[in-house]
Amino acid sequence: MAKTLFDKIWNAHVVTSVKGGMEVLYIDRHLIHEVTSPQAFAGLTARGIGVLRPKQTLATADHNVPTVNQHLPIAEPLSRFQVDKLSENCARFGITLYGLGHPRQGIVHVIGPELGITQPGLTMVCGDSHTSTHGAFGCIAFGIGTSQVEQVLASQCLLLSRPKRMRITVDGLLGKGVLAKDIILHIISRLSAAGGTGYFVEYAGSAIRALSMEGRMTVCNMSIEMGARGGLIAPDETTFAYLRDRPFAPTGEGWVRAEAGWRNLFSDDDAHFDRELHFRAEDIEPMLTYGTNPGMAMAVGGQIPADGGDNPASFDKSLHYMGLQPGERMLGKAIQWVFIGSCTNSRIEDLRLVAEFVRGRHKAETVRVLVVPGSKQVEAEARAEGLDKIFAAAGFEFREPGCSACLGMNEDKIPSGEYCVSTSNRNFEGRQGPGARTILASPLTAAAAAVTGRLVDVRNLL
Amino acid sequence: MKKFTTVTSTAVPLPNEDIDTDQIIPARFLKATTREGFGENLFRDWRYGADGRPQPDFVLNNSLYRGEILVAGRNFGCGSSREHAAWALADFGFRVVVSSFFADIFAANALNVGLLPVKVSDPFLQQLLAAIAADPGTAITVDLKGERIAIDATGESEQFAIDPYKKLCLLNGYDDIDYLLNLKGEIEAFEARMAGRQ
Repeated sequence: MAKTLFDKIWNAHVVTSVKGGMEVLYIDRHLIHEVTSPQAFAGLTARGIGVLRPKQTLATADHNVPTVNQHLPIAEPLSRFQVDKLSENCARFGITLYGLGHPRQGIVHVIGPELGITQPGLTMVCGDSHTSTHGAFGCIAFGIGTSQVEQVLASQCLLLSRPKRMRITVDGLLGKGVLAKDIILHIISRLSAAGGTGYFVEYAGSAIRALSMEGRMTVCNMSIEMGARGGLIAPDETTFAYLRDRPFAPTGEGWVRAEAGWRNLFSDDDAHFDRELHFRAEDIEPMLTYGTNPGMAMAVGGQIPADGGDNPASFDKSLHYMGLQPGERMLGKAIQWVFIGSCTNSRIEDLRLVAEFVRGRHKAETVRVLVVPGSKQVEAEARAEGLDKIFAAAGFEFREPGCSACLGMNEDKIPSGEYCVSTSNRNFEGRQGPGARTILASPLTAAAAAVTGRLVDVRNLL
Repeated sequence: MKKFTTVTSTAVPLPNEDIDTDQIIPARFLKATTREGFGENLFRDWRYGADGRPQPDFVLNNSLYRGEILVAGRNFGCGSSREHAAWALADFGFRVVVSSFFADIFAANALNVGLLPVKVSDPFLQQLLAAIAADPGTAITVDLKGERIAIDATGESEQFAIDPYKKLCLLNGYDDIDYLLNLKGEIEAFEARMAGRQ
């Protein structure tokens, strides 16, 4: 019977089924970080059990780390305690840790792919909803809660209900200045922040195929922002070329065998999807969010809706928080901060694009610009290519890797009431700090805001 | 995990839609390494102003509304996978969250910590909210065994669905790890099959 890519991978990982419909799914790779793992380790200790397959878990510190002076001890005592706890747990349970200062440290969803740990056909989980990022390689990857982190540590398995399948096809050619981030914001704006709930999404079509691995990761990363459990893209030559020679990628004969297997990872022609959606790349413009969830997004030149439809109270609350009016246009509005980073857009390609745009330009006086690489490796590459010098000349602060101002947890926060054009993934109330007002956008749109101090259509500056 | 059978309680209404886990528990309060104490910062930035004073118009600061049941708008628990959101609700004293739609990860997390997510139809959600608005003392009964939620005074009720395995876990206080640890033989056999295929 014809099968979707998702079902092929899922079926290959079912250990057993439970009466009532749940399945026990085997997890190939498990990533952990300091915030959602300590209680899981404490749970193992309380039960008197260990980690079943420590070699299949990899740890890094990213959420709670400062992005300056990483060679010094973390100043904030609670953050330091949590990061130290991760080191202690990893040492005790035999788990490899790329901690602060390690040349492989970085945002968990940046280092997995760049080290070649993320591979087609695998099942991967992490106590972080943006684990969906890894689906760009044609694997099943999704975020889990801490009880499930403990389950994976204890048994290398999870008890799950199989989600429904959705396919989103984007065909055509993207216009100048339109990036992968705009594709996914466009899709979420049409589906809403809940439109993908209950589904696992496969992205397909010529516009998706044309994306680099970095672009595909940006798209899959935000699958969760429409509620989908995850998103994936069938692997192809672009995937194989990216993976070849990565530190954890197979080598020699092993590579030949692996690649042959990966070539079978696609949805069969007549596979059934529970829902199918089609978009035209030509209809996609640079996007901005205006509200307090990623579904509240529009083309850069658009108007905020005049009313909130079925739920006026939530809509009004959202616009009140953002200091915006129904029916208003965002173009030309002054902003105070630009954040270029996060697991959505902190990869080398993102930094190259931004650097190319700002070369010979300077940030507006009224704006503070943070550029935070996704990993030590991205940071090193950027420095080797001289991007750090371009950022410095433009008045951008090039920092050290971490989740930074994406989530208002570490030291990098946006002050209350100020607008931040951010390449991250969530514009929730307080996400970048209490009272902070987030406008999600692509790295190019963010860079254009940085140099003008305003929300502008980057296409006019290219 | 604590056993769950039936809860009869007044309820706290929070009809906002798309309540994300960053509202339930902001990231800056996720620095603890134990599961306890998150209730103190539940809905922190809606409950308290920047000056730390309680916001009088937020429902958790209104003494009229108390209880073990939270009745919330559509798409409750979207966003981050932080289980801390479920811990915070449970630590505050909630045992049930009712909504017409839950984010997947939140619902799974809630079930794993013994907080019951009850998905009702949009019309029944509106009935619940109307009943609570008319009388904050309205008692609501959630019967897990019978998979039914009812407004006690009027008898209006609705069936809700729950996976039979998760239901058994809640009724008996088991968790998934108890189950998975018993599968060690199957898991090792699966690993041997996978190794053979490569």
